[in-house]
Amino acid sequence: MNSKILSIVGALSLTAFSAAQACEISARVSVVGNEFPAIQTVGAGAAACKGAEVSTNLTADHQKINVPGMQGNPAEYTSAIVANSSIVALMNEDVIRPLDDLVAKHGGDLKSSQLIKVNGKVMAVAFMANAQHLMYRKDVLADLGISVPKTYEEMLAAAEKIRASGKMSNPVGGAYKAGWNLAQEFNNMFLGYGGSHFEAGSANPSVNSEAGVNALNMMKALSEYMNPDFLTHDSNVTNAEYRAGNIALLNMWGSRASSQTTAEGVTDAVKNGHAIAGPMTVGGGSTAASTLWWDGWTVAKNISDAEAEATFIAMMNGISPSMMSDENIRTQAVWLIDGYKPTDAAIGVFEAAKMGTTPYPMLPYMGLMHTALGAELPDFMQGKETAEQALADVEAAYVAAAKEKGYLN
Amino acid sequence: MKHSTFIWFFSPTALAMLLFIAFPIVSVLVQSVHAPHKAVLIEVETCTPLVGCTKETSIDQEATRELREKKPIGRFIGLEIFTDRGHLAISEVKEIWSGSENFNEFFKKIGNLPFYRAMAFTLTFTFIVTPLVVIVGFLVALNVNALHERLKGVVVFFSLLPFVITPLIGALVLFWMIDSRGILGSAIQWIFADPNLSLKASTGLMWISLIVYGVWHAAPFAFVIFYAGLQTLPADQLEAAQIDGATRTQQVRYVVLPHLMPLVSFVALIQLMDNFRVFEPIVGFNADAHAQSLSWFIFNDLGGETRQFSSASATSVLTIIGVTILLLPVLRRTWRDFMEKST
Repeated sequence: MNSKILSIVGALSLTAFSAAQACEISARVSVVGNEFPAIQTVGAGAAACKGAEVSTNLTADHQKINVPGMQGNPAEYTSAIVANSSIVALMNEDVIRPLDDLVAKHGGDLKSSQLIKVNGKVMAVAFMANAQHLMYRKDVLADLGISVPKTYEEMLAAAEKIRASGKMSNPVGGAYKAGWNLAQEFNNMFLGYGGSHFEAGSANPSVNSEAGVNALNMMKALSEYMNPDFLTHDSNVTNAEYRAGNIALLNMWGSRASSQTTAEGVTDAVKNGHAIAGPMTVGGGSTAASTLWWDGWTVAKNISDAEAEATFIAMMNGISPSMMSDENIRTQAVWLIDGYKPTDAAIGVFEAAKMGTTPYPMLPYMGLMHTALGAELPDFMQGKETAEQALADVEAAYVAAAKEKGYLN
Repeated sequence: MKHSTFIWFFSPTALAMLLFIAFPIVSVLVQSVHAPHKAVLIEVETCTPLVGCTKETSIDQEATRELREKKPIGRFIGLEIFTDRGHLAISEVKEIWSGSENFNEFFKKIGNLPFYRAMAFTLTFTFIVTPLVVIVGFLVALNVNALHERLKGVVVFFSLLPFVITPLIGALVLFWMIDSRGILGSAIQWIFADPNLSLKASTGLMWISLIVYGVWHAAPFAFVIFYAGLQTLPADQLEAAQIDGATRTQQVRYVVLPHLMPLVSFVALIQLMDNFRVFEPIVGFNADAHAQSLSWFIFNDLGGETRQFSSASATSVLTIIGVTILLLPVLRRTWRDFMEKST
């Protein structure tokens, strides 16, 4: 709820000054993207352009509609806001265009680090970085004399202490909802144990390994300290639990950090006790058990050059450096935009970058692996089968899908 | 009716059936035996923020475009998708069959394959919900029919509400009620004095919740059909039965039920079809960790970042086959009745 209010506030403050900036376009712009405060801000910035219609469709279901919405000719959406994972689907289907000429013509404010280059061509313009990292209640930890966990093992020990103290019965939170979320938590843990999803240089899966088993066992151990309904909890529900004061430790997206204390219904205890830290490591490893993400925008291929140019100009207005003087907007994300000065909410993501956290793999077949993990791991989490069996099932499900898609023979 | 008149009357329907029923079926059939072309992969340099440039595998767009333009439908693969692990899993089933010592072990291992796991839930759901819907609908119809005229309108309206609510919304409402912090969830925890008891975390309880939802949602449909049927009940037959001294149960058993039998077949037919395609409650209840159905597989295939059209089409074909098998007994009965009447 409140993320919407926030974004409206953001949008209002944005229109106030972007009107002065005079962004003029001469062709239709239509944007599809995920829904969280920072993206709402970018969408509102693009929509502030005058001269032609700008429409935005920002929804959590963006991945289901962006490819079909860009495959037509002319495409319905002239721009899709994507992340490392979702740009792959757009590139696989060849529905986005290289932006080199537009960057040369209109990309004056961009830093070179914002350009996502694939095979030498600019395919997207990134505007923010994201990573999952620790969020915790400093008041609860301080009361019990627990230091801030740096590893998942310490998180388990802290959880046990909190439960034993009687403060909270299920002190750990996590987006463990069966499907995409659960698979993502596995990815984090698996990379933390030094695992790699595929055999080097091939599409053959390699999750059924020691790292995979260790990752699953750690997730199972953590789930013992979670709300029993954890397999139905996505990021939104997990955050609601946190804001209600029901949990004290969670691995959560950096893009949600600022709204943890400002959202509707947050108790004062949570407001004052909320703190964030970098991602944790696991199993004595030095790699963070997390993945590094960027969010950026693309321009559709199947549209006229005039529409592409208008889209580029509007989206540039959505990520204009002048936004960085707005305190509300600044706290919404770890912006990659010129002139951004980090706020307290950015500590976790910066820490993740400093630790050399592995970026989420941009491989054509990673989406199939992610889907297979999300479908097959719930059996293990419910105690219906062994970790080895679950991982063997993941590989079998992935191989069947990869054969269909022509990645494996 | 003259044949030419019949054809003119029927042709709009025939055209609509061709467009909306026959063509889609042909389309899924064709798509289920084709798959996307083999991917042409290349190593490219990828540069991203905070990380810099790395070597990554990507799809060779030029080569792929050439392949697609040459043959837009993809490569022909025959029944490969139907037999793979995500569907009938022929080779996996054979392996399990030869590797299992008894039926118990066989069924346990089969239950690990997605298609068979989904069938286990779907068939359980279909064969429990369908009769319950018929029975509950019938009982409600009988009772409403016995009410005073003034009350009938109001009661009919309220009895229909579960059917009026959008299935997904109805499922979500119940989902939040059975949450461990919801009203039903906490009540159950309180009754059994177990704070960790969760309807959502137990497969058995989740199945029961889904079945309860299924009956709650569809019973009004059966009710309204039976209620309409009761209005056509010939009063003289009932009176004759009463004069002969039939009790209320006997009247229902020997007069009302035979009169409504064709409607029972109709409701059973529609319900078998609907329940076999169970979908909304699984999404609404976030139940995919415990219960899956063929329709849910199609949704999942098309909802991921990488869409699997061939797999979804194959599942659609299997659904059509499944519905046909389920309806065979009812269809045969209808055919027999029809033949008897026409002779």
